[in-house]
Amino acid sequence: MSGVRVLVGTHKGAFVLSADGKRDKWEVSGPHFPGWELYHLKGSPVDPNRIYASQTSGWFGQVLQRSDDGGKTWFQPGVNPDEKPPAFPPTSASNKFAYDTTEQTGKPLTTHQWYDGTQHPWEFKRVWHIEPSPTDANTVYAGVEDAALFRSTDGGESWHELAGLRGHETGPKWQPGAGGMCLHTILIDPKNPDRIYIAISAAGAFRTDDGGKTWKPINKGLVSNFIPDPTAEVGHCVHHIAMHPSRPEVLFMQKHWDVMRSDDAGDSWHEVSGNLPTDFGFCIDVHAHEPETLYVVPIKSDSLHYPIDGALKVFRSRSGGNEWEALTRGLPQKDCYVNVLRDAMAVDSLDKCGIYFGTTGGQVYMSPDCGDTWQAIAENLPAVLSVEVQTLYEQGIGNRD
Amino acid sequence: MENQGIASVRVCLPYHLRSLARVGNEVTVEVVRPVSMGSVLDAVEKRFPMLRGTIRDYGTGKRRPFLRFFACEEDLSHEAMDAELPAAVAEGREPLLVVGAIAGG
Repeated sequence: MSGVRVLVGTHKGAFVLSADGKRDKWEVSGPHFPGWELYHLKGSPVDPNRIYASQTSGWFGQVLQRSDDGGKTWFQPGVNPDEKPPAFPPTSASNKFAYDTTEQTGKPLTTHQWYDGTQHPWEFKRVWHIEPSPTDANTVYAGVEDAALFRSTDGGESWHELAGLRGHETGPKWQPGAGGMCLHTILIDPKNPDRIYIAISAAGAFRTDDGGKTWKPINKGLVSNFIPDPTAEVGHCVHHIAMHPSRPEVLFMQKHWDVMRSDDAGDSWHEVSGNLPTDFGFCIDVHAHEPETLYVVPIKSDSLHYPIDGALKVFRSRSGGNEWEALTRGLPQKDCYVNVLRDAMAVDSLDKCGIYFGTTGGQVYMSPDCGDTWQAIAENLPAVLSVEVQTLYEQGIGNRD
Repeated sequence: MENQGIASVRVCLPYHLRSLARVGNEVTVEVVRPVSMGSVLDAVEKRFPMLRGTIRDYGTGKRRPFLRFFACEEDLSHEAMDAELPAAVAEGREPLLVVGAIAGG
Protein backbone atom coordinates (compact mmCIF):
# COMPACT_ATOMS: atom_id res chain seq x y z
CA MET A 1 0.00 0.00 0.00
CA SER A 2 1.41 3.37 -0.96
CA GLY A 3 0.96 6.65 0.80
CA VAL A 4 1.96 10.28 0.75
CA ARG A 5 3.45 12.47 3.45
CA VAL A 6 3.46 16.22 2.87
CA LEU A 7 5.91 18.27 4.94
CA VAL A 8 4.72 21.84 5.32
CA GLY A 9 6.88 24.59 6.78
CA THR A 10 5.05 27.73 7.87
CA HIS A 11 5.68 31.01 9.61
CA LYS A 12 4.37 29.53 12.84
CA GLY A 13 5.37 25.90 12.90
CA ALA A 14 5.53 22.71 10.86
CA PHE A 15 2.70 20.46 9.80
CA VAL A 16 2.71 16.94 8.43
CA LEU A 17 -0.19 15.98 6.14
CA SER A 18 -0.67 12.29 5.47
CA ALA A 19 -2.86 10.22 3.18
CA ASP A 20 -2.90 6.82 1.61
CA GLY A 21 -2.32 6.33 -2.10
CA LYS A 22 -5.83 7.43 -2.96
CA ARG A 23 -5.02 10.89 -1.59
CA ASP A 24 -8.64 11.62 -0.76
CA LYS A 25 -8.53 11.67 3.05
CA TRP A 26 -5.88 13.69 4.83
CA GLU A 27 -4.72 13.75 8.39
CA VAL A 28 -2.94 16.83 9.67
CA SER A 29 -0.45 16.65 12.52
CA GLY A 30 1.08 19.70 14.10
CA PRO A 31 1.94 22.35 14.69
CA HIS A 32 5.38 21.05 15.42
CA PHE A 33 7.62 23.74 16.92
CA PRO A 34 4.67 26.11 17.30
CA GLY A 35 5.49 29.76 16.98
CA TRP A 36 8.79 29.20 15.17
CA GLU A 37 9.46 29.82 11.51
CA LEU A 38 9.96 26.53 9.73
CA TYR A 39 11.71 27.50 6.55
CA HIS A 40 12.07 23.99 5.20
CA LEU A 41 11.64 20.33 6.00
CA LYS A 42 12.81 17.50 3.83
CA GLY A 43 13.04 13.74 4.13
CA SER A 44 15.93 11.51 3.19
CA PRO A 45 15.47 9.60 -0.06
CA VAL A 46 17.40 6.76 1.60
CA ASP A 47 15.53 6.46 4.89
CA PRO A 48 11.78 7.16 4.78
CA ASN A 49 11.59 8.15 8.42
CA ARG A 50 14.58 10.49 8.51
CA ILE A 51 13.39 14.08 8.16
CA TYR A 52 15.40 17.24 8.70
CA ALA A 53 13.80 20.57 9.60
CA SER A 54 15.09 24.13 9.75
CA GLN A 55 13.56 25.94 12.72
CA THR A 56 14.39 29.62 13.03
CA SER A 57 13.49 32.69 15.03
CA GLY A 58 14.45 36.32 15.00
CA TRP A 59 14.81 36.08 18.77
CA PHE A 60 16.51 32.74 19.28
CA GLY A 61 18.35 32.12 16.03
CA GLN A 62 18.73 28.82 14.21
CA VAL A 63 17.77 25.37 15.45
CA LEU A 64 18.11 22.19 13.44
CA GLN A 65 15.60 19.44 14.14
CA ARG A 66 15.55 15.83 13.05
CA SER A 67 12.97 13.09 13.15
CA ASP A 68 13.81 9.42 12.81
CA ASP A 69 10.21 8.24 12.92
CA GLY A 70 8.58 10.02 10.02
CA GLY A 71 7.79 13.25 11.84
CA LYS A 72 6.11 11.83 14.94
CA THR A 73 8.89 12.92 17.30
CA TRP A 74 11.74 15.36 16.87
CA PHE A 75 15.06 16.18 18.48
CA GLN A 76 18.07 18.38 17.95
CA PRO A 77 20.77 16.03 16.65
CA GLY A 78 23.21 15.18 19.40
CA VAL A 79 21.33 16.86 22.23
CA ASN A 80 18.33 14.67 22.81
CA PRO A 81 16.36 16.19 25.72
CA ASP A 82 15.10 12.75 26.65
CA GLU A 83 18.62 11.93 27.78
CA LYS A 84 18.97 12.99 31.40
CA PRO A 85 21.47 14.28 32.13
CA PRO A 86 22.62 15.22 28.64
CA ALA A 87 26.21 14.61 27.74
CA PHE A 88 28.54 17.52 28.33
CA PRO A 89 30.34 18.90 26.61
CA PRO A 90 27.85 18.08 23.86
CA THR A 91 29.19 15.91 21.14
CA SER A 92 27.50 18.10 18.60
CA ALA A 93 26.54 21.61 17.64
CA SER A 94 23.64 20.99 15.34
CA ASN A 95 22.72 24.66 15.10
CA LYS A 96 26.23 26.01 14.67
CA PHE A 97 26.80 27.26 11.14
CA ALA A 98 30.22 28.87 11.25
CA TYR A 99 31.76 30.16 8.05
CA ASP A 100 35.00 28.39 7.28
CA THR A 101 37.94 30.77 7.61
CA THR A 102 40.67 28.20 7.98
CA GLU A 103 43.74 28.47 5.80
CA GLN A 104 43.44 24.88 4.65
CA THR A 105 39.90 24.76 3.37
CA GLY A 106 38.27 28.10 4.00
CA LYS A 107 38.44 31.61 2.73
CA PRO A 108 38.84 34.81 4.67
CA LEU A 109 35.49 36.25 5.60
CA THR A 110 35.46 39.07 3.12
CA THR A 111 32.40 41.07 2.28
CA HIS A 112 29.53 41.02 -0.15
CA GLN A 113 27.58 43.85 -1.67
CA TRP A 114 24.90 45.43 0.50
CA TYR A 115 21.62 46.94 -0.72
CA ASP A 116 23.19 50.39 -1.01
CA GLY A 117 26.17 49.16 -2.99
CA THR A 118 28.61 49.25 -0.10
CA GLN A 119 30.44 46.18 1.11
CA HIS A 120 28.98 44.27 4.06
CA PRO A 121 30.39 41.44 6.17
CA TRP A 122 29.01 37.94 5.87
CA GLU A 123 26.62 37.16 8.76
CA PHE A 124 24.81 33.89 9.31
CA LYS A 125 21.06 34.34 9.75
CA ARG A 126 19.17 31.13 9.01
CA VAL A 127 18.90 27.93 7.00
CA TRP A 128 16.61 28.35 4.02
CA HIS A 129 16.84 24.94 2.41
CA ILE A 130 17.84 21.45 3.49
CA GLU A 131 18.81 18.85 0.91
CA PRO A 132 19.42 15.32 2.13
CA SER A 133 21.87 13.22 0.15
CA PRO A 134 20.33 10.81 -2.36
CA THR A 135 22.69 8.07 -1.18
CA ASP A 136 23.36 8.50 2.56
CA ALA A 137 20.81 9.37 5.24
CA ASN A 138 23.46 10.97 7.45
CA THR A 139 24.71 13.32 4.76
CA VAL A 140 22.70 16.47 4.27
CA TYR A 141 23.29 19.91 2.77
CA ALA A 142 22.03 23.24 4.07
CA GLY A 143 21.67 26.44 2.09
CA VAL A 144 21.90 29.44 4.37
CA GLU A 145 21.58 33.22 4.56
CA ASP A 146 24.03 34.99 4.15
CA ALA A 147 24.61 32.79 1.15
CA ALA A 148 26.74 29.74 1.78
CA LEU A 149 26.47 25.98 1.50
CA PHE A 150 27.06 23.69 4.48
CA ARG A 151 27.26 19.91 4.68
CA SER A 152 26.79 17.50 7.54
CA THR A 153 27.94 13.89 7.35
CA ASP A 154 26.77 12.91 10.83
CA GLY A 155 23.03 13.31 10.59
CA GLY A 156 23.03 17.02 11.30
CA GLU A 157 25.12 16.92 14.48
CA SER A 158 27.79 19.18 13.00
CA TRP A 159 28.08 21.32 9.90
CA HIS A 160 30.99 22.34 7.73
CA GLU A 161 30.96 24.96 5.04
CA LEU A 162 31.83 24.13 1.46
CA ALA A 163 33.78 27.34 1.39
CA GLY A 164 34.77 27.28 -2.23
CA LEU A 165 31.36 28.67 -3.12
CA ARG A 166 31.39 31.75 -0.90
CA GLY A 167 35.05 32.19 -1.73
CA HIS A 168 34.35 32.39 -5.44
CA GLU A 169 35.97 35.47 -6.94
CA THR A 170 32.56 36.97 -7.64
CA GLY A 171 31.56 36.80 -3.94
CA PRO A 172 32.11 40.51 -3.28
CA LYS A 173 29.59 41.25 -6.07
CA TRP A 174 26.80 39.13 -4.60
CA GLN A 175 23.97 41.10 -3.09
CA PRO A 176 20.79 40.30 -1.19
CA GLY A 177 17.38 40.18 -2.78
CA ALA A 178 14.39 41.64 -0.96
CA GLY A 179 14.22 38.55 1.25
CA GLY A 180 17.91 38.53 2.13
CA MET A 181 20.96 36.99 0.51
CA CYS A 182 19.81 33.41 0.72
CA LEU A 183 21.03 30.19 -0.80
CA HIS A 184 17.61 28.67 -1.42
CA THR A 185 18.01 25.94 -4.02
CA ILE A 186 20.19 22.83 -3.87
CA LEU A 187 19.93 20.17 -6.57
CA ILE A 188 22.15 17.11 -6.47
CA ASP A 189 22.68 15.23 -9.72
CA PRO A 190 21.38 11.74 -8.93
CA LYS A 191 23.72 10.24 -11.50
CA ASN A 192 26.79 12.12 -10.31
CA PRO A 193 26.74 13.27 -6.65
CA ASP A 194 29.83 15.41 -7.26
CA ARG A 195 27.69 17.66 -9.44
CA ILE A 196 25.55 20.04 -7.41
CA TYR A 197 23.56 23.06 -8.55
CA ILE A 198 22.71 25.87 -6.17
CA ALA A 199 20.97 29.21 -6.54
CA ILE A 200 21.30 32.42 -4.57
CA SER A 201 19.13 35.51 -4.47
CA ALA A 202 20.46 37.72 -5.88
CA ALA A 203 23.70 36.29 -7.14
CA GLY A 204 22.39 33.63 -9.52
CA ALA A 205 23.03 29.97 -10.16
CA PHE A 206 26.28 28.06 -9.61
CA ARG A 207 27.46 24.53 -10.30
CA THR A 208 30.18 22.35 -8.86
CA ASP A 209 31.50 19.26 -10.61
CA ASP A 210 33.92 18.25 -7.89
CA GLY A 211 31.73 17.78 -4.85
CA GLY A 212 31.76 21.40 -3.78
CA LYS A 213 35.44 22.32 -3.92
CA THR A 214 35.15 24.68 -6.87
CA TRP A 215 32.16 26.44 -8.34
CA LYS A 216 31.22 28.04 -11.61
CA PRO A 217 28.55 30.70 -12.16
CA ILE A 218 26.00 29.36 -14.65
CA ASN A 219 24.01 32.42 -15.62
CA LYS A 220 24.75 32.79 -19.33
CA GLY A 221 21.55 33.66 -21.14
CA LEU A 222 19.84 35.22 -18.15
CA VAL A 223 18.73 38.81 -18.74
CA SER A 224 17.82 40.92 -15.72
CA ASN A 225 16.88 44.45 -16.60
CA PHE A 226 16.91 45.65 -13.01
CA ILE A 227 20.70 45.34 -12.65
CA PRO A 228 23.27 47.66 -14.23
CA ASP A 229 24.53 45.02 -16.67
CA PRO A 230 21.48 42.90 -17.58
CA THR A 231 23.67 39.99 -18.73
CA ALA A 232 26.23 40.12 -15.93
CA GLU A 233 28.03 36.97 -14.82
CA VAL A 234 26.39 37.27 -11.37
CA GLY A 235 23.69 39.41 -9.80
CA HIS A 236 20.59 37.67 -11.15
CA CYS A 237 17.67 37.07 -8.84
CA VAL A 238 17.06 33.38 -9.44
CA HIS A 239 13.96 32.32 -7.54
CA HIS A 240 14.04 28.56 -7.97
CA ILE A 241 15.39 25.77 -10.17
CA ALA A 242 13.93 22.33 -10.82
CA MET A 243 15.14 19.22 -12.59
CA HIS A 244 13.81 15.79 -13.44
CA PRO A 245 16.04 13.08 -11.97
CA SER A 246 16.16 11.18 -15.25
CA ARG A 247 17.68 14.18 -17.05
CA PRO A 248 19.83 16.06 -14.55
CA GLU A 249 21.46 18.14 -17.24
CA VAL A 250 18.11 19.73 -18.12
CA LEU A 251 17.18 22.53 -15.74
CA PHE A 252 14.14 24.76 -15.45
CA MET A 253 14.32 28.09 -13.68
CA GLN A 254 11.81 30.58 -12.37
CA LYS A 255 13.80 33.77 -12.34
CA HIS A 256 12.50 36.97 -10.74
CA TRP A 257 11.02 37.67 -14.13
CA ASP A 258 11.28 34.99 -16.86
CA VAL A 259 10.94 31.23 -16.92
CA MET A 260 14.17 29.78 -18.30
CA ARG A 261 15.48 26.44 -19.53
CA SER A 262 18.95 24.95 -19.86
CA ASP A 263 19.78 21.78 -21.77
CA ASP A 264 23.47 21.81 -20.94
CA ALA A 265 23.68 21.68 -17.14
CA GLY A 266 23.30 25.41 -16.85
CA ASP A 267 26.07 26.42 -19.23
CA SER A 268 23.47 28.35 -21.21
CA TRP A 269 19.85 29.31 -20.70
CA HIS A 270 17.01 30.35 -22.96
CA GLU A 271 13.64 31.78 -22.10
CA VAL A 272 10.55 29.55 -22.20
CA SER A 273 8.00 31.97 -20.72
CA GLY A 274 6.02 31.74 -23.97
CA ASN A 275 2.35 32.59 -23.50
CA LEU A 276 2.38 32.95 -19.71
CA PRO A 277 0.24 35.94 -18.69
CA THR A 278 3.12 37.10 -16.48
CA ASP A 279 6.48 35.43 -16.10
CA PHE A 280 7.12 36.69 -12.59
CA GLY A 281 6.81 34.02 -9.94
CA PHE A 282 8.66 32.01 -7.35
CA CYS A 283 8.08 28.27 -7.64
CA ILE A 284 8.64 25.81 -10.47
CA ASP A 285 8.53 22.03 -10.58
CA VAL A 286 8.59 19.08 -12.95
CA HIS A 287 6.12 16.20 -13.31
CA ALA A 288 7.44 13.02 -11.69
CA HIS A 289 7.08 10.90 -14.83
CA GLU A 290 7.06 13.41 -17.68
CA PRO A 291 10.35 15.35 -17.84
CA GLU A 292 8.89 17.87 -20.28
CA THR A 293 5.86 18.72 -18.13
CA LEU A 294 6.40 21.79 -15.95
CA TYR A 295 4.38 23.74 -13.43
CA VAL A 296 4.61 27.38 -12.38
CA VAL A 297 2.33 29.78 -10.53
CA PRO A 298 2.49 33.18 -12.27
CA ILE A 299 2.36 36.15 -9.94
CA LYS A 300 1.28 39.54 -11.21
CA SER A 301 4.51 41.44 -10.55
CA ASP A 302 7.38 41.97 -8.18
CA SER A 303 5.53 44.97 -6.80
CA LEU A 304 2.27 43.15 -6.08
CA HIS A 305 3.12 39.54 -5.22
CA TYR A 306 -0.36 38.15 -5.85
CA PRO A 307 -2.11 36.45 -8.77
CA ILE A 308 -3.58 38.40 -11.67
CA ASP A 309 -7.19 39.50 -11.13
CA GLY A 310 -7.39 37.69 -7.82
CA ALA A 311 -7.56 34.31 -9.61
CA LEU A 312 -5.14 31.60 -8.49
CA LYS A 313 -3.89 29.66 -11.51
CA VAL A 314 -1.23 27.04 -11.94
CA PHE A 315 0.20 26.95 -15.43
CA ARG A 316 1.36 23.69 -17.00
CA SER A 317 3.54 23.18 -20.01
CA ARG A 318 3.70 19.73 -21.57
CA SER A 319 6.34 20.83 -24.04
CA GLY A 320 9.17 21.82 -21.76
CA GLY A 321 8.07 25.45 -21.78
CA ASN A 322 6.80 28.13 -24.17
CA GLU A 323 3.30 26.65 -24.50
CA TRP A 324 1.39 26.93 -21.25
CA GLU A 325 -2.16 26.14 -20.18
CA ALA A 326 -3.97 27.51 -17.15
CA LEU A 327 -5.15 25.00 -14.53
CA THR A 328 -7.97 26.42 -12.45
CA ARG A 329 -10.46 23.69 -11.50
CA GLY A 330 -10.77 23.71 -7.74
CA LEU A 331 -8.64 26.81 -7.23
CA PRO A 332 -10.16 30.14 -6.11
CA GLN A 333 -10.88 32.31 -9.13
CA LYS A 334 -11.88 35.50 -7.40
CA ASP A 335 -10.73 37.55 -4.44
CA CYS A 336 -7.56 35.52 -4.02
CA TYR A 337 -4.46 37.55 -3.20
CA VAL A 338 -2.00 35.00 -1.89
CA ASN A 339 1.54 34.25 -2.98
CA VAL A 340 3.24 30.90 -3.55
CA LEU A 341 6.84 31.00 -2.38
CA ARG A 342 9.87 29.42 -4.04
CA ASP A 343 10.06 26.21 -2.02
CA ALA A 344 6.30 25.78 -1.67
CA MET A 345 5.61 23.44 -4.62
CA ALA A 346 6.36 19.73 -4.85
CA VAL A 347 5.19 16.58 -6.61
CA ASP A 348 4.64 12.99 -5.55
CA SER A 349 5.69 10.05 -7.67
CA LEU A 350 2.58 7.91 -7.57
CA ASP A 351 1.43 6.58 -10.94
CA LYS A 352 -0.89 9.53 -11.35
CA CYS A 353 1.49 12.29 -10.38
CA GLY A 354 0.21 14.50 -7.58
CA ILE A 355 1.09 18.21 -7.54
CA TYR A 356 1.14 20.20 -4.29
CA PHE A 357 1.62 23.81 -3.37
CA GLY A 358 1.13 26.01 -0.32
CA THR A 359 0.17 29.66 -0.15
CA THR A 360 0.92 32.61 2.05
CA GLY A 361 -2.78 32.45 2.96
CA GLY A 362 -2.23 29.11 4.67
CA GLN A 363 -3.84 26.83 2.11
CA VAL A 364 -2.19 23.68 0.80
CA TYR A 365 -3.63 22.58 -2.53
CA MET A 366 -3.21 19.17 -4.09
CA SER A 367 -3.98 17.84 -7.52
CA PRO A 368 -4.26 14.04 -7.77
CA ASP A 369 -4.38 14.17 -11.57
CA CYS A 370 -1.31 16.06 -12.72
CA GLY A 371 -2.95 19.44 -12.29
CA ASP A 372 -6.32 18.91 -13.99
CA THR A 373 -8.24 19.35 -10.75
CA TRP A 374 -7.29 20.73 -7.34
CA GLN A 375 -8.49 20.48 -3.79
CA ALA A 376 -7.41 22.11 -0.56
CA ILE A 377 -5.96 19.54 1.82
CA ALA A 378 -5.36 22.18 4.51
CA GLU A 379 -6.99 25.59 4.49
CA ASN A 380 -6.17 27.60 7.55
CA LEU A 381 -2.51 27.09 8.33
CA PRO A 382 -0.10 29.94 8.98
CA ALA A 383 1.59 31.37 5.88
CA VAL A 384 3.26 28.50 4.05
CA LEU A 385 6.99 28.79 3.45
CA SER A 386 7.74 25.37 2.02
CA VAL A 387 6.13 22.16 0.85
CA GLU A 388 7.87 18.85 0.29
CA VAL A 389 6.33 15.49 -0.53
CA GLN A 390 7.44 12.00 0.36
CA THR A 391 5.91 9.17 -1.62
CA LEU A 392 5.78 6.18 0.67
CA TYR A 393 5.72 2.63 -0.52
CA GLU A 394 5.39 -0.41 1.63
CA GLN A 395 9.13 -0.96 1.72
CA GLY A 396 10.65 2.25 0.54
CA ILE A 397 10.22 5.78 -0.46
CA GLY A 398 10.44 8.19 -3.29
CA ASN A 399 11.28 11.72 -2.34
CA ARG A 400 12.00 14.58 -4.67
CA ASP A 401 10.88 18.10 -5.15
CA MET B 1 25.74 22.58 55.33
CA GLU B 2 25.40 24.75 52.23
CA ASN B 3 28.40 24.77 49.95
CA GLN B 4 29.68 28.33 50.24
CA GLY B 5 31.42 28.11 46.87
CA ILE B 6 28.39 27.04 44.88
CA ALA B 7 25.34 29.18 44.25
CA SER B 8 21.92 27.88 43.23
CA VAL B 9 20.64 30.39 40.70
CA ARG B 10 17.06 30.51 39.48
CA VAL B 11 16.58 31.32 35.80
CA CYS B 12 13.29 32.05 34.07
CA LEU B 13 13.33 31.23 30.38
CA PRO B 14 10.98 32.49 27.68
CA TYR B 15 8.32 30.16 26.30
CA HIS B 16 10.19 29.03 23.20
CA LEU B 17 13.36 28.18 25.07
CA ARG B 18 11.37 26.28 27.68
CA SER B 19 9.87 24.30 24.81
CA LEU B 20 13.29 23.52 23.36
CA ALA B 21 14.66 22.40 26.72
CA ARG B 22 11.36 20.76 27.72
CA VAL B 23 11.32 22.42 31.13
CA GLY B 24 8.91 24.52 33.14
CA ASN B 25 8.88 28.24 33.76
CA GLU B 26 11.93 28.26 35.99
CA VAL B 27 15.12 26.22 36.22
CA THR B 28 17.80 26.20 38.89
CA VAL B 29 21.45 25.82 38.00
CA GLU B 30 24.51 25.40 40.18
CA VAL B 31 27.10 28.11 39.63
CA VAL B 32 30.54 28.55 41.13
CA ARG B 33 30.83 31.89 42.92
CA PRO B 34 31.28 34.69 42.07
CA VAL B 35 28.06 34.57 40.06
CA SER B 36 28.11 36.45 36.78
CA MET B 37 25.83 36.53 33.76
CA GLY B 38 28.41 34.52 31.86
CA SER B 39 28.77 31.83 34.50
CA VAL B 40 24.99 31.47 34.82
CA LEU B 41 24.56 31.14 31.07
CA ASP B 42 27.43 28.68 30.93
CA ALA B 43 25.63 26.60 33.55
CA VAL B 44 22.31 26.84 31.69
CA GLU B 45 23.94 25.73 28.45
CA LYS B 46 25.79 22.93 30.21
CA ARG B 47 22.61 21.54 31.69
CA PHE B 48 20.53 22.24 28.58
CA PRO B 49 22.90 22.00 25.63
CA MET B 50 19.99 22.29 23.21
CA LEU B 51 19.91 25.98 24.18
CA ARG B 52 23.43 26.68 22.97
CA GLY B 53 23.34 29.39 20.36
CA THR B 54 19.81 30.47 21.22
CA ILE B 55 20.64 32.94 24.01
CA ARG B 56 24.16 33.90 23.01
CA ASP B 57 25.47 34.04 19.47
CA TYR B 58 27.70 31.07 18.70
CA GLY B 59 30.33 33.14 17.02
CA THR B 60 30.63 36.15 19.30
CA GLY B 61 29.32 34.84 22.61
CA LYS B 62 27.22 37.99 22.87
CA ARG B 63 23.58 38.22 23.89
CA ARG B 64 21.28 37.74 20.91
CA PRO B 65 19.97 41.19 19.97
CA PHE B 66 16.27 40.56 20.70
CA LEU B 67 16.81 39.01 24.12
CA ARG B 68 17.06 40.94 27.38
CA PHE B 69 18.29 40.00 30.86
CA PHE B 70 16.34 41.37 33.82
CA ALA B 71 16.75 40.80 37.57
CA CYS B 72 15.69 42.64 40.71
CA GLU B 73 13.72 45.10 38.56
CA GLU B 74 16.87 46.09 36.71
CA ASP B 75 17.80 45.71 33.06
CA LEU B 76 21.13 43.89 33.10
CA SER B 77 21.25 43.34 29.35
CA HIS B 78 24.22 45.57 28.81
CA GLU B 79 26.29 44.42 31.77
CA ALA B 80 29.56 42.71 30.95
CA MET B 81 29.35 38.92 30.90
CA ASP B 82 31.84 38.72 33.77
CA ALA B 83 30.15 41.36 35.95
CA GLU B 84 28.72 39.98 39.18
CA LEU B 85 24.95 39.60 39.35
CA PRO B 86 22.99 41.11 42.28
CA ALA B 87 23.33 39.24 45.56
CA ALA B 88 19.63 38.40 45.55
CA VAL B 89 20.15 36.42 42.34
CA ALA B 90 23.29 34.71 43.62
CA GLU B 91 21.45 33.77 46.82
CA GLY B 92 18.47 32.41 44.96
CA ARG B 93 16.01 34.95 46.35
CA GLU B 94 15.33 36.49 42.92
CA PRO B 95 15.42 34.82 39.51
CA LEU B 96 17.35 35.95 36.48
CA LEU B 97 14.82 36.62 33.75
CA VAL B 98 15.70 35.89 30.13
CA VAL B 99 13.09 37.81 28.17
CA GLY B 100 12.28 37.98 24.49
CA ALA B 101 12.04 41.62 23.44
CA ILE B 102 8.54 42.50 22.36
CA ALA B 103 8.25 43.95 18.89
CA GLY B 104 5.29 45.15 16.91
CA GLY B 105 2.04 46.51 18.23
